[in-house]
Amino acid sequence: MGSAVEQNVRAITVADRLRAQGISRRGFLKFCASTASLMALSPAMVPAIARALENARRPSVIWLSFQECTGCTESLTRSHSPSVESLILEQVSLDYHHTLQAASGEAAELARETAMQENQGKYLLVVDGSIPVKDGGVYSTIAGITNVDMLNEVAAGAAAIIAVGSCAAFGGIGHARPNPTGAMPVSEIVTDKPIVNVSGCPPIPTVITGVLAHFLTFNKLPDLDDLGRPLAFFGQSIHDRCYRRPFYDKGLFAESFDDEGARKGWCLYRLGCKGPATYNACATTKWNQGTSFPIEAGHPCLGCSEPDFWDMGSFYRALSIPTEDTTRTLVYGVGTGAVLGAAAAAVARSRKSKAKAAHYKVSVNDLEEST
Amino acid sequence: MTSVEFLAWVRGPMFQIAVAIFVVGVVIRLIEIFALGRKADLSEPRGGETMPGIVTVFRRSIPDPGTFKRSPFTIVLGYLFHIGLFITILFFVPHIELFHDVLGVQWPGLPTPLVDAVAIISIFAMLAILVNRLRNPVLRFLSNGEDYVVWAATLLPLVTGYFAFHRMLFPYQTMLGLHILSVEILLILFPFTKLMHFFTSFVARWYNGAAFGRRGVQS
Ligand code: SF4
Ligand code: SF4
Repeated sequence: MGSAVEQNVRAITVADRLRAQGISRRGFLKFCASTASLMALSPAMVPAIARALENARRPSVIWLSFQECTGCTESLTRSHSPSVESLILEQVSLDYHHTLQAASGEAAELARETAMQENQGKYLLVVDGSIPVKDGGVYSTIAGITNVDMLNEVAAGAAAIIAVGSCAAFGGIGHARPNPTGAMPVSEIVTDKPIVNVSGCPPIPTVITGVLAHFLTFNKLPDLDDLGRPLAFFGQSIHDRCYRRPFYDKGLFAESFDDEGARKGWCLYRLGCKGPATYNACATTKWNQGTSFPIEAGHPCLGCSEPDFWDMGSFYRALSIPTEDTTRTLVYGVGTGAVLGAAAAAVARSRKSKAKAAHYKVSVNDLEEST
Repeated sequence: MTSVEFLAWVRGPMFQIAVAIFVVGVVIRLIEIFALGRKADLSEPRGGETMPGIVTVFRRSIPDPGTFKRSPFTIVLGYLFHIGLFITILFFVPHIELFHDVLGVQWPGLPTPLVDAVAIISIFAMLAILVNRLRNPVLRFLSNGEDYVVWAATLLPLVTGYFAFHRMLFPYQTMLGLHILSVEILLILFPFTKLMHFFTSFVARWYNGAAFGRRGVQS
C-alpha cells in the first residue's frame, strides 16, 4: 500500500467507519456508555468518549505473538461480532499479526518494519505469549529472530505496550515450574515503556477492547493495580461479585460436581474455587456475549488472571490446602522426631546414671575427718 | 515480593517448614518426658492407678467452687477462648479441607456465621484475659515474657483469620497469607513454649491422679 493511500486510510475516523457499517449513532453511544461504566468512569464522560472516539485516527498496532497457544487471539476475535467492540478493533490499523495477517515470510516482516518506521514512537505494541530467554532465546524464533530480540526491537519505538493474556503479563504456562525455556513476561524484559497487563487465560475480549478504547479516547493508559492491570476491570475479585457468594457466607458448599449442593448452585470453594483470591471481571462482564461465566456453568474459578496460577496446587483442591505434600512432612517429621527424641533420652539417661555412679554417701565421721 | 508470591510462599515451602519444626519438636519433647522414667515405687499400693487417673483428668478440668470464687474471670474467659479456638480450628469448612488433605479424615463443618460469632467471642475473651492479667497484681507478677508471646501467637491467627474471611484491611491474598503465616508462627513456637500444655496437661493430670490413687488418697 502506498504511503499516500495509507495516510488516507488512517484519516478515516471511527465515525466514518460506523456509518459505512450501518451502525446507528444510538448503538455507538450505547457502546460508549457501557465502556464508561466498565471503566468506572462517570456517565458525564460519555459525550467526551463519543467525541474522542469519533475523531480518533487509526493508531498503528503491531501485535507480536511469542510462546503462546493462540487462545488470546481466539478470545479477541470472538468479541461479540458484529458489534461496536469489533469495530474498535477494526479501527486500529493492525499492521502485523502472525495469525491474522495474510502476508507471510519476508513480506510479513517487511510490513512490521514499515509500520515501525512510519509510526516511530507512536504505535501501540500488543504482545501475547511469554518470551523464552534461556540459551540465548533459541526456543522460539520468528523469521530467524529470537522473541527476546524482536520484543526489544519493536518495544523501542512503541508508545505503549499492552501485554495480552497471562503469558505476556506474568509468564503464564511457559513460566510454570520448571520453566524449561526460561520464559519471562514482557514487564521483566522491557522496563522503560508504559505497560498494561491484561491478564487472563484467555483474557476477556471486552477487557482488551476496553483498554484499547481508553487509549483511543484519552491517548493514555488507564489506571493500573499493583500488578499493572487496569483497575477498572481487575479492581474486584471474582468472589466479591460472585452470585454464589451468599452460599459461601452461609457455609453451603457443593462437595462434588454432581451432589445436591452442586445442583442447588451452592458455593464451589471445596471443589477448588480460587475466586476469593482472583481479581478479574468475569463475574460482571461475563463470557460469550455476556451469557455466563465459568462459575455459572458449575466449574470453579482456576484463578487464571493471577501470576503463576499453574503453580498454585491442583485446580480442584480448596484454596486453604497447602500446595505441597504435608502428610509426607508429617510422617518424616514423626520419624525424625522419634530418632532425635530417643537420642536425647539416651543422653539424659546416661547423664543420670553417671550422676548416680558419681554419687557416694558421706557419713558424719567422714565429715569430721575432713575438717 | 508481591502479595501473590507471599501467599504462594506461605502456602508452599513455609508451611512445610513450620509443620516439620512442630512435629519434630513435639515428638522429641514427648519422648524426652516419657523416657525420663520414675524410680520404681516399692511401697505396697493402697489403691488402683488407672481409674483415679482418668477421674482426675476430668475432675481437674472442672473448677472447684473455691477456685471459681477466687478467680471467676480467669476461669470463664479461659474456658470461652479455649472452646472458641477448638470450634474455629476444627469446624470452619476451609480448615476441614486442610485436615482432610493432611490426615485423610474429615467431619461435618458448622455453619460459617456460627463459627464467625465464636471467633469474635474468642477474640474478645482473649483481649479480656490480657486486661485481667495486667490489672491483677498477682497474675502480673507471675507472668513473664513468654506468657505474652504465647498470648499474642494465639490471638493473631484468630484476628487475621477474621479479617481474611471478611476481606478487610488488605487485599485478600495478603490477608490470607498473613493468616497462614500467623498459624505457622504458632506451630513453630509450639514445642518450645507453654503451648505444649496441649499435649502435656492431660498426661500430667492423669499422673497426679494415679499417684494419689496408689497411695489410697481420694482424687
Ligand atoms: S463459587 Fe468461588 S467465587 Fe463464588 S462464592 Fe464460592 S468461592 Fe467465591
Ligand atoms: S472465572 Fe476465574 S479461571 Fe475462569 S476465566 Fe474468570 S478468572 Fe479465569
